[in-house]
Amino acid sequence: MTRNVVIVGYGMAGARLADEIRRRDPRAERVSVTVLGDEAHPAYNRVLLSSVVAGSLSPEAVRLHDADWAAKHHVDLRLGGGVSKIDRTRRVVHVGDTEVPYDSLVLATGARSWVPPTEGLLDGNGDLAPGVVAFRSLDDCARIVNAASPGTPVAVLGGGLLGLEAARGLAGRGCLVTVVHPVGHLMERQLDRGAGRVLAKTLESLGIEFRLGALASKYLPGDGLLLDDGTQVPAELVVVSAGVRAETGLAAEAGIAVDRGILVDDALRTSDPRVHAIGDCAQHVGTVSGLVQPAWEQAAVVADLVTGTAPASRYSGTTVVTRLKARDVDLAALGDVHCEVDDPDAEVLCFQDPARGRYAKLVLRDDKVTGAIVLGAPDAAAAITQLFDRGLPAPTDRLALLLGRALPAENEASPADLPASAVVCRCNTVSKGQIVSAWRAGATTVSSIAEKTRASTGCGGCKDAVCGIVDWLAASQPQPV
Amino acid sequence: MTDTHCPYCALQCAMSVTQGKVSPREFPTNRGGLCQKGWTSAELLSSPARLTTPLVRRDGALHPATWDEALDLVAAKLRELRAEHGPDAVGVFGGGGLTNEKSYLLGKFARVALGTSQIDYNGRFCMSSAAAAGTKAFGLDRGMPFPVTDLDHADAVLLVGGNPAETMPPFVQHLKGAELIVVDPRRTATAELATLHLAPAPGTDLALALGLLHCAVADGHLDQDYLDERTNGFADAWRIAASWWPERVERVTGVPVADQRAAVRILAEAENAYVLTGRGTEQHASGADTVSAWINLALALGLPGRRGSGYGCLTGQGNGQGGREHGQKADQLPGYRKIDDPAARAYIQDVWGVDDLPGPGRSAYELLDALGQPDGPKALLVFGSNLVVSAPRSQHVVDRLGALDLLVVCDLVLSETAAIADVVLPITQWAEESGTMTNLEGRILLRQAAQRAPEGVRSDLEVLQGLATRLGQPVERFPVEPEVVFEELRVASKGGLADYSGVTYDRLRAGEALHWPVVEKSTPRVFLDRFAHPDGRARFIPVDHRGPAEAPDADYPLQATTGRVLQHYQSGAQTRLVKELVDAEPEAYVEVHPDTATRAGLREGELGAVVSRRGRTVARVRCVPSMRLDVVFLPFHFAGEGRANLLTNPALDPTSRMPEFKVCAVRLESV
Repeated sequence: MTRNVVIVGYGMAGARLADEIRRRDPRAERVSVTVLGDEAHPAYNRVLLSSVVAGSLSPEAVRLHDADWAAKHHVDLRLGGGVSKIDRTRRVVHVGDTEVPYDSLVLATGARSWVPPTEGLLDGNGDLAPGVVAFRSLDDCARIVNAASPGTPVAVLGGGLLGLEAARGLAGRGCLVTVVHPVGHLMERQLDRGAGRVLAKTLESLGIEFRLGALASKYLPGDGLLLDDGTQVPAELVVVSAGVRAETGLAAEAGIAVDRGILVDDALRTSDPRVHAIGDCAQHVGTVSGLVQPAWEQAAVVADLVTGTAPASRYSGTTVVTRLKARDVDLAALGDVHCEVDDPDAEVLCFQDPARGRYAKLVLRDDKVTGAIVLGAPDAAAAITQLFDRGLPAPTDRLALLLGRALPAENEASPADLPASAVVCRCNTVSKGQIVSAWRAGATTVSSIAEKTRASTGCGGCKDAVCGIVDWLAASQPQPV
Repeated sequence: MTDTHCPYCALQCAMSVTQGKVSPREFPTNRGGLCQKGWTSAELLSSPARLTTPLVRRDGALHPATWDEALDLVAAKLRELRAEHGPDAVGVFGGGGLTNEKSYLLGKFARVALGTSQIDYNGRFCMSSAAAAGTKAFGLDRGMPFPVTDLDHADAVLLVGGNPAETMPPFVQHLKGAELIVVDPRRTATAELATLHLAPAPGTDLALALGLLHCAVADGHLDQDYLDERTNGFADAWRIAASWWPERVERVTGVPVADQRAAVRILAEAENAYVLTGRGTEQHASGADTVSAWINLALALGLPGRRGSGYGCLTGQGNGQGGREHGQKADQLPGYRKIDDPAARAYIQDVWGVDDLPGPGRSAYELLDALGQPDGPKALLVFGSNLVVSAPRSQHVVDRLGALDLLVVCDLVLSETAAIADVVLPITQWAEESGTMTNLEGRILLRQAAQRAPEGVRSDLEVLQGLATRLGQPVERFPVEPEVVFEELRVASKGGLADYSGVTYDRLRAGEALHWPVVEKSTPRVFLDRFAHPDGRARFIPVDHRGPAEAPDADYPLQATTGRVLQHYQSGAQTRLVKELVDAEPEAYVEVHPDTATRAGLREGELGAVVSRRGRTVARVRCVPSMRLDVVFLPFHFAGEGRANLLTNPALDPTSRMPEFKVCAVRLESV
């Protein structure tokens, strides 16, 4: 007897869960899988939507599954019809007029865009007004791209991670972008004020304007946004990226405990143990993540459980590294960064170089990285992230870590400064000392030194160095007899 | 003076031997260059360490014996074991340094004279992942499907997990004109030469390759016309690579997004570009998939099968290419035929004049792991391999060898494996015998005998004949003249993928450049018109990142990776006997970041212990500031307690059966 697993939601979490289940049960011998999706098209990779807006990936390229995926993997996929109700007593979900029975139900309903209470953004029906687009779905992207011809003035509401990625993509398309953000600096959850300022400066150099600490008070269709300071932002398109709210309605109506998200334990179980929740709709130990990595890790745990592959599998949270996906802007932020350099409980380093768009802050406790912001220093960002993720002690040379490759390269030593033991010809292990001895014994040309010592007879890469030593000897030493 | 080629790596540098002295020779591959190993290679010809008489173990010690005594003893024991346990009670282990003639005759000996399926070779530890991936993608595995000299005109080269500046130094001449991108967790001598060095965490190469494919698409570098005309399967490969956006790849690998993009841009914008892989990316439990991922990148950029660009693998051992083509591999028959293909079997049976052949046997590590077990071989014959040093999890391998009823080792010196054998047979070496080698570019080379072997020494071919006849085989079935064996190999390979039928010693003596397949004409560039799949197209293989088989944890927080140094070759059995090489690199060492050494209470120059779940290696600490904090590196050429392979993880690749030499979890501690 196979058990019925029903997944509500065919976004990144739901699709991943189906994949993970089929990885563990490829021939559907343990569980049958039904996936119920709201949108009419196959699942796509939401993380890559900013690439679609930027024009670097086509909508087709960000699909998670091909059209024949469900058939190939024994998945009953039903698209385009939302679930209207969960009946926990009879253990069925209602989709239109039909009932889908479940043994295990997994809610992967995701989140929806939050629209700020700016006058005029919503029409009389509660839908977004003409000229206003959320930045959440593939359909949203199509609308944005459609309206974003070069030279179009666009306002982006929200200077968080996704808003900035959208802004960068639109600027890359030649739109005249203004980001309106209610807080005094960008990405205030992940960045401190200094980093936010440098980031704004970097993005300004790419053509994006900012109105920080400003609230949009009114949307003027076709004209733009009126701000609370009385000024106006011109915009023929307004992209709303002011945050999301977990989609908890279905769960709440069925009497499942919800807070900001659907409450789950380490087994991703809701208050009804037959019902799991994963991804953006779930709230685990106070956290509603909104990121893909936790959703994928949660999907793996639920797959372990519902297939019985690993009944002890549990989810224990995900370390979050925020990485802005925007061309020519390298920003990574991780851990807790909201402390000052004179914090008595932490070792805090900070380097600021706004003129070159660089800002690096490193917070260490017990020699380990517990927080960092790295902007404009790509290899430092990569190295610090690795230390953070792997829980490794930081190198004692903190400066090198903080600056990455920005350190000046060591100058090549001149032949005179080279120690006698320095290997000049690696292929044949010939040291400077051996070359000097050969020269003193009468081998005064590169070829006679090669004959005597074999220097330069391997790959030939050291010929210039041997030549340099010969020239230096000729100029500085008494000629051999 | 005799023209020949160096006895060591797959570049097979041309040299001449005159009265026991070596001098380099102009040749397209090495252009008159030789590294220190090549220059000193003749020393072993007159080394006092040479074995000149068979040795037989009696009362726990090896004693000199006559050839007849030794061979009679071996044959009698083999017959006895076969009678008691069946033909698979005898195993054969070959090597990638053996000539084509020896590899061929060894495979024939195992299947015909011994009737065993249990034969494999150390190339399984070397080339098997690249071979498997090349076959999947192109329908044919020729390491470099183009001449090495094509690289001279490259504008960009992506070299993944290879360190030719140390492993085949004269090769580096061919990279001088190109922008070089090196992928290696360490800042190697080769990485120092690079325009761009990408340093992924050990065991994350596959994620990096997926990330570069992602960048190729997102940054508009996909060669759509090429995909349409010459490939299949891009969509499935992309579905996986789509989930490896560069920021995610950065987090897994530690390679900055900007560097990923730059690498792809350099390759895509070059007129002529190549992707080359080496052992660093291949010796993993996901090695075959990793190479597939690099080939996918090359295909997406439209490189393979075009003049002036392509994908190739840098073969390691001297005859790493030819050694995998003619039947010493568990799953293959001569001519790169598959042993489970009925037509191939029928053809070879016909050539060999036998009615039946054994089927596929165990892969190298599985074979070693089974030695002395109830269903495993009770005897092992070893040719051209020093298992005690070179096999993964080497203490376990020593234990398995110790459980045998009979271990026979053919070698020119008393290698660590020969030292624990029951019978040791002293054999000739490169300059004392003729034979062909197939170099890294698929070119068949003739190595001619330059001088007489010392008294008491025989060639491997003579050993095979001596044993075969004692086992009841007709003498003409196992010739001892290399050219006669080669004539038979020509016929056996005819019609196979690696077709040598048009190659003759006379053509080679005349200096013709012959790259296989050679029916009549040489094929220097294999895929210009079509790939070797029936539809002529290359295939994208959908692969995903898995990560190392053994992740670091609290007890073993570091990752060890292994590799080579310039002065030594493979297990070091030969090079550790050459004074000049030993003076330059005398002993095992471990490279670590200075902070990592300090945390372990160790200082530069002290002896430290590297410990894994499988063993403990003692090595001299070298502090190298460019090392990652969580990685240590050990060269694998040294013996005794300095063996790097005491640590390594024998987790096997599901396709190639390659062990995971390149990454395992370890800790560092004071001795």
